[in-house]
Amino acid sequence: MNPVATSADSVSRPASAESTGFLSRYVFSCDHKMIGLQYFFLALAAALVGTFLSLLMRIHFVWPTAKVFGIANITPESYLALVTMHATFMVFFVLTLAPQNAFGSYFLPLQIGAPRMAFPKANMASFWLAFVSFLIMLAAFFGQGGAPISGWTHYAPLSAISSAGPGQGLGMDLWLVSIAIFCIASCTGAVNFIVTTIRFRAPGMAWMRLPLPCWAWFVTAFLILSAFSVLLAAAVMLFMDRHFGASFFEPSGLVIAGQMVQHQGGSPLLWQHLFWFFGHPEVYIAILPGMGVTSHLLSTFARKPVFGYRAMVYATIAIGALGFGIWGHHMFTSGMNPHAAFAFSNLTLAIGIPSAVKTFNWLGTLWGGRLRFTTPMLFSIGFVSLFITGGLTGPVLAQPALDSYLHDTYFVVAHLHLIMGMAAVFAIFAATYFWFPRMFHRMMSEKLGRIHFWLSFLGAYATFVPMHLLGMAGHPRRYSQLTEVNYLHKLMPLQMFISIAAFVTMAGQIVFLANLFWSIFRGKPSNPNPWEATTLEWEAPPEGRDIQRGAYEFGCDHTGRDYLPQAGLIEVTNAIKNKA
Amino acid sequence: MRWGDKPKGTELPEAQIGGGGTNDRFPSGDDGGDNSGRNEDGRLSYRDRLMRCRLGLGLSMISILMLFIALSTAYLMRQHAAVEHGNGSSVILWQKLRLPPLLIFNTILLLIGSITLEIARRQLLRRALFAPLSDIPGIRQEPSRALPWLAITAVLGIGFLAGQAIAWNILQQEGMFVVGNTSGSFFYMLTGAHAIHLSIGILALLYALSSEVFSWKLETRCLVLDITSWYWHFMAVLWIYIYALMHFS
Repeated sequence: MNPVATSADSVSRPASAESTGFLSRYVFSCDHKMIGLQYFFLALAAALVGTFLSLLMRIHFVWPTAKVFGIANITPESYLALVTMHATFMVFFVLTLAPQNAFGSYFLPLQIGAPRMAFPKANMASFWLAFVSFLIMLAAFFGQGGAPISGWTHYAPLSAISSAGPGQGLGMDLWLVSIAIFCIASCTGAVNFIVTTIRFRAPGMAWMRLPLPCWAWFVTAFLILSAFSVLLAAAVMLFMDRHFGASFFEPSGLVIAGQMVQHQGGSPLLWQHLFWFFGHPEVYIAILPGMGVTSHLLSTFARKPVFGYRAMVYATIAIGALGFGIWGHHMFTSGMNPHAAFAFSNLTLAIGIPSAVKTFNWLGTLWGGRLRFTTPMLFSIGFVSLFITGGLTGPVLAQPALDSYLHDTYFVVAHLHLIMGMAAVFAIFAATYFWFPRMFHRMMSEKLGRIHFWLSFLGAYATFVPMHLLGMAGHPRRYSQLTEVNYLHKLMPLQMFISIAAFVTMAGQIVFLANLFWSIFRGKPSNPNPWEATTLEWEAPPEGRDIQRGAYEFGCDHTGRDYLPQAGLIEVTNAIKNKA
Repeated sequence: MRWGDKPKGTELPEAQIGGGGTNDRFPSGDDGGDNSGRNEDGRLSYRDRLMRCRLGLGLSMISILMLFIALSTAYLMRQHAAVEHGNGSSVILWQKLRLPPLLIFNTILLLIGSITLEIARRQLLRRALFAPLSDIPGIRQEPSRALPWLAITAVLGIGFLAGQAIAWNILQQEGMFVVGNTSGSFFYMLTGAHAIHLSIGILALLYALSSEVFSWKLETRCLVLDITSWYWHFMAVLWIYIYALMHFS
């Protein structure tokens, strides 16, 4: 046990006599903190798989004949399989699980002062369902024909017919089953989050005193609840098309692999509508918790209250609500009534307003603060930077006229990776560095953290900004090799640059992994509240359960502290009383 | 008492157990969020347990509802979009469903099931209401009559599922399969999805039944039965919605 363990320590101390067994403590645990860690490491494993796949893609792109890791001869089809599985692992198992389930499970109850989640067993069940789903998804690589090739969006009819490609048989079935299980796991988790937030807040923890990550987890849970059940419906329908001969998504007279398909009268557009009704909120499921964490961290390290707390809360809700009305902007090029396109376009532009409110408030929080440039702060500022850069291309793509040119180019790849990929991942990193002392009672190395930050930050920009140029030059996405095409041949040096930048970024992640695992076992022991934060997860004194104030009381001066913990400390309370 | 009113039993057991109000949910002495969740509800009042479970169930209902809304949106969209264009003319491919009359019988079974379950719930509530009196010498509690009504509901539910299976058979004999016209595919999918959800309801009923048979704590029995009946009534309403969708559109 580490020497500075205090009353806030709980991981290293058995909660009760029952939970001392290895299985019940580390594997089938109902403790929300252990489940949070399980989610964290599951997401980490998925991130490794996803990163490895992107490494293969980038190598193949610039050295098509190279034999990497004994994997020779990446065919155009297996390149598509790489694209599909990279996106699947990253979107579902990293961007959905890490910010919401991992940090949410761990810190939501702590931040609102609840002793546990509302339904601990359901929490455990939802983790194990997600884990099974992860294993099934991995199995898709090894089935006959390999992984599916129809992209993570799995547009019908390609995804509905098993003869459409090498991975479209067993691989596609495994994908569907895995995602169906994932949907159930996510919905179970979301119910748990909402009930916990509504019913289990400590006395005095009013809604407008909630730390902003809790607001984000709360709103995100509603998005998950509504979006993932629609994805489940779509997956069930696709499964019926594939195995019971229904024709929901396949039009008549379809010829695939030289054979006339028996299905008739279905609508491929229906799949796109159902998928994107899930798919667009999914973007906000990935980014909203990141926004919450960023707001929290910027305030903590600027030693200033969050600028416009209420506006932040309402912007979070507005983004969540608007997120359900704009799925059509993914389908401008699929064929759409111009009036519908107009509506979707305007709604998409409208979501810029709450996003801008948030960005403005982040900058307002930083303005005039006494900034402490710790690693989590750097990653939070990095989040804001990437969010702005990635966000600015949003209104460009939201216009049907521009989108019809840019839609199938690298421009979209650049946009989504900056805003959904990199920004969300930066928030995950920030959260990891920030909460690491609470999770493992040790500090992560600041020096390695800085190296990691600068490699990731510069690497992310170097990788994805040139992709905008590729897109504007008309480079289509999803193809494994286009070196034969003349106008694209000239772009190869840029591709080479992107690949090298990507390798550097990935190398930066090795620094992170080394730092993470070294610090878990050998890091400098931390004191209970190393960042001088106000929220309950750091203080949580047994008698301080009564929440007396909001979450961001920084910059005041009482008894030598520049902050007031949410759970009133006796000394501070007395000091205020004396002054009065 | 109308359905949806606050059941009386929710107040009485609270007084009995001595749970606190909202401001006293987790009394001090709590050890800093360090519960493994194993001390199952040791310090929650009945009211808090009930509200927590009802809220959880309500949110799950949103999720289930979204699933069926997605399916029925697809249904309505496909109904009007199933058009085949051949040499300038268009043909509507959608065949209107001819639902077997058996479905009406099934619907009635399910509705009776809702009524019997409601009777069972009230029986148990009455039992809970008079529970404090059982300490007084000379007052003897009648045995709870929730058990038979619960059993009847379960039988009715299983009857409904069997009826649905027979309806599937009838339709297949008439030549309506999943393969073929999309309206048929939708019929099998919607009824199948509902049947799966109803099976969960039957499992919940069996759980409630076992709570009666092994006479668990009165509080737990009330809770289980309350949540089960909310879910069961939701399934009945959902079925009526699905039936109406297929019948009228």
